[in-house]
Amino acid sequence: MAFIPSPGPSWRFHGGLRLASHAAESIGQAVRPAALPARLIAPLQQHIGSPAKPVAQVGESVRKGQLLAQSDGYISAAVHAPSSGVIVAIEDRPIAHPSGLSAPCLILDTDGRDDWADALPPWPDYLSVAPVELRQRVRQAGIVGLGGAAFPTAVKLNPGANTQPRWLILNGAECEPYITCDDRLMRERAADLINGARIMSYILGVEEVLIGVEDNKPQAIEALQAALRGIDTRNPAIDLRPVPTIYPAGGEKQLIKVLTGLEVPTHGLPNEIGVVCQNVGTAVSVHDAVVHGRPLISRYVTVTGRGVAHPSVLDARIGTLVGELVQQCGGYTRQAERLIIGGPMMGFAIPDDQVPIVKGCNCILVAGADELAPSQPAMPCIRCGACADVCPADLLPQQLYWHARAKDLDKTQEYHLFDCIECGCCSAVCPSHIPLVQYYRFAKTEIAARERERQQSDVARRRHEFRLERLEREKQEKETKLRKRREALQNKEPPAAPKDSTQDAVAAAIARAKAKKAGQASTPPPTESQPVAKPDADTESAIISTDQDR
Amino acid sequence: MRFSTASSPHWFVGPSVSQLMRQVLYAMLPGLATLVWFFGWGVLLHVAIASGAALASEAVVLALRGKPLRLFLGDGSALVTAWLLAAALPAFSPWWITTLGVAFAIVIAKHLYGGLGYNPFNPAMVGYVVLLISFPLEMTTWPPVNPGVDFASSVQIIFSGHPAEHLADALSGATPLDAVKTQLGLGLGITEIINGPAFGLIGGQGWEWAAMAFLAGGLWLVMKRVAAWQIPAGMLGSLALLSGIFYALDPQAHASPWFHLLSFSSIYGAFFIATDPVTASTTPRGRLLFGAGVGALTYLIRCFGGYPDGVAFAVLLMNIAAPTIDYYTQPRVFGARRD
Repeated sequence: MAFIPSPGPSWRFHGGLRLASHAAESIGQAVRPAALPARLIAPLQQHIGSPAKPVAQVGESVRKGQLLAQSDGYISAAVHAPSSGVIVAIEDRPIAHPSGLSAPCLILDTDGRDDWADALPPWPDYLSVAPVELRQRVRQAGIVGLGGAAFPTAVKLNPGANTQPRWLILNGAECEPYITCDDRLMRERAADLINGARIMSYILGVEEVLIGVEDNKPQAIEALQAALRGIDTRNPAIDLRPVPTIYPAGGEKQLIKVLTGLEVPTHGLPNEIGVVCQNVGTAVSVHDAVVHGRPLISRYVTVTGRGVAHPSVLDARIGTLVGELVQQCGGYTRQAERLIIGGPMMGFAIPDDQVPIVKGCNCILVAGADELAPSQPAMPCIRCGACADVCPADLLPQQLYWHARAKDLDKTQEYHLFDCIECGCCSAVCPSHIPLVQYYRFAKTEIAARERERQQSDVARRRHEFRLERLEREKQEKETKLRKRREALQNKEPPAAPKDSTQDAVAAAIARAKAKKAGQASTPPPTESQPVAKPDADTESAIISTDQDR
Repeated sequence: MRFSTASSPHWFVGPSVSQLMRQVLYAMLPGLATLVWFFGWGVLLHVAIASGAALASEAVVLALRGKPLRLFLGDGSALVTAWLLAAALPAFSPWWITTLGVAFAIVIAKHLYGGLGYNPFNPAMVGYVVLLISFPLEMTTWPPVNPGVDFASSVQIIFSGHPAEHLADALSGATPLDAVKTQLGLGLGITEIINGPAFGLIGGQGWEWAAMAFLAGGLWLVMKRVAAWQIPAGMLGSLALLSGIFYALDPQAHASPWFHLLSFSSIYGAFFIATDPVTASTTPRGRLLFGAGVGALTYLIRCFGGYPDGVAFAVLLMNIAAPTIDYYTQPRVFGARRD
């Protein structure tokens, strides 16, 4: 491994933006548990990886926390019943997706009793449990990264036998404007959060835990400091680090840079530089799963924006409809213009609110018209370079734009398209209002499609070659068979011949055939200077001998 | 309830193209005011003529190209080109000089290459060079400081094309750079030349103040991040270096670095001309190189070329090189190995 500088709080990443936080709207009051809805809709895929496989049957009565769908493959996550009730259907339902896409979901009609299933054994004294079992518990509990990406946590907690991570980083930066659920979580569940961090550091075997929190959250920092005062912070060493409030400081690569000074290599993963990074909410879920034996069935969600009457942070069951959560925050106001899952920089807009929230959903932003970028026609690029000045990945966004626009996909890769984290800084500052990130997404999907096509055509080509080979082989087999049969017939032809002569005749025929074959093989294709007439056996052998003489 | 959808980000922070262009215009105001103060109403008249010509030719070409008029006329880029060119013209040159130059800049240099954002060459400088080559007499007849021509006479001079008899003498002067070049050719030493009547504290009388005013506006643009700091830094840096070397070798045959740095066209070129983003380099290191190239070429043309000043040529020559510079000066991507 390369030289590792000792960690300090002063590293910076290139570019970024100082954005108005808009936290005040929703941060004011404590987290409220959202009302239990009559129906919950839990998509089978709420995470990166393969969708979970349903184990519950339609019509089955289930209890809260019961396994409904198990993880299918290594990179996958289980889904549990967010409350007790009856599974009424397993079918495609609209999910939170910009195009209004449908996907397989478990539909649960709640019975209002909300009683827990027989819980997994609680392990308050987790140090007496083997790390591998704890990791298995995290997997069983269906825990995924709660910062938004929803990558299965158990996978991240298993960096492989050959890599020993040095740092566990807890991401409490929460850099996107409007989002406050992590801030509230850090204030209200600081002790559980720290315990979750200790559990994960025990699973990973790391001795240093760094908690990065943006310095615009002084109350969260205070709460964490208070929680740290009561415990031994030497093993693992837990270091709480306020980081400058510059969007996107909460980007995984950016936070790692700020906290350790190290850069995740391009196309690489944090564990290549000895870092495992987890969201603070994930740490709390790990605590709940290990210490209380509870799976991930609810999460904190910020419901905010000028389009909501009373913005607040709710503790919502996974599977609650977005519209119901908005109703519980006083409903829509007149300004409601755009419904965004996530923040204003990276969140995606959805057309309809009758879709369920999933594990990775941290914010429902109902933006008013005056909170949005004015819809202006895109002007031509004037090459001002503002995009490059703010790019946290140090890319040249405008060059990427030119090449993406020209569909010169090779060039976009040459300009490191896949190092783009789609943070949106470039689009947000573009004076020409060019939707740059949209172009990059387009190029990325085009490249993925092209790659798929190439693989398919490779398969098709191999198949074709294989088929030709097979046909050739079959033809030859047929010929050999025919020849053998013909030879057999020839053998039979002289009926009353004595045995010797038959054998002679066979030997002669074989010799003839051999000579013919040899002649065919070694004689070059006839040219004008050579005799064209088909030679009899003698001249044939003569030719062979002259060939040999030459 | 149905909601509008759009691709993220849903936010916009920062100035738009028209705001950027307006800021350039604001930044020019102190410089233009100083020019008017020292060289008379002609400057203002040329700015007005140039603005009219620019908007008219922009509108005509936009209409011909079937582009939305309001959107593109409103972006302010035509006005910026007009003002940039007008401020570089002799104060009492005839009206058709300005009109022709601006029309050429907008129609040929800008729109024939695809309009806003697509032109490889700085339009204002293309217009300027065309005028300089085609009408050398008109383009080098500068009024002396405080020509004492009132507004009405200014209008008459500019629109009639030939000045009233009694004013003719007053209106033939030379720029400081011009004076240095011709008088060096006559065998005079720098000290003698600089002590001549047309010179002020460091540079030409009046010119040095105009340069200061444009410097103030330029620094404001850099502070507002409308202009990239690397370009003026590179240009003035290389100009200072080259002129410093030659001045050290023979101070009587070469003007001093501060004379070069504070000449009007150096400051104006460094902050307002070379910083045109469309035609300049766009990478951070590329901009430094681009600026340095403009500075070096400017010095070489001033001292060894056929023209007294070389900023316009230097900028156009470096415009050619900008794409290549960009290609070879890409920044290190986050996470890429440091070589």
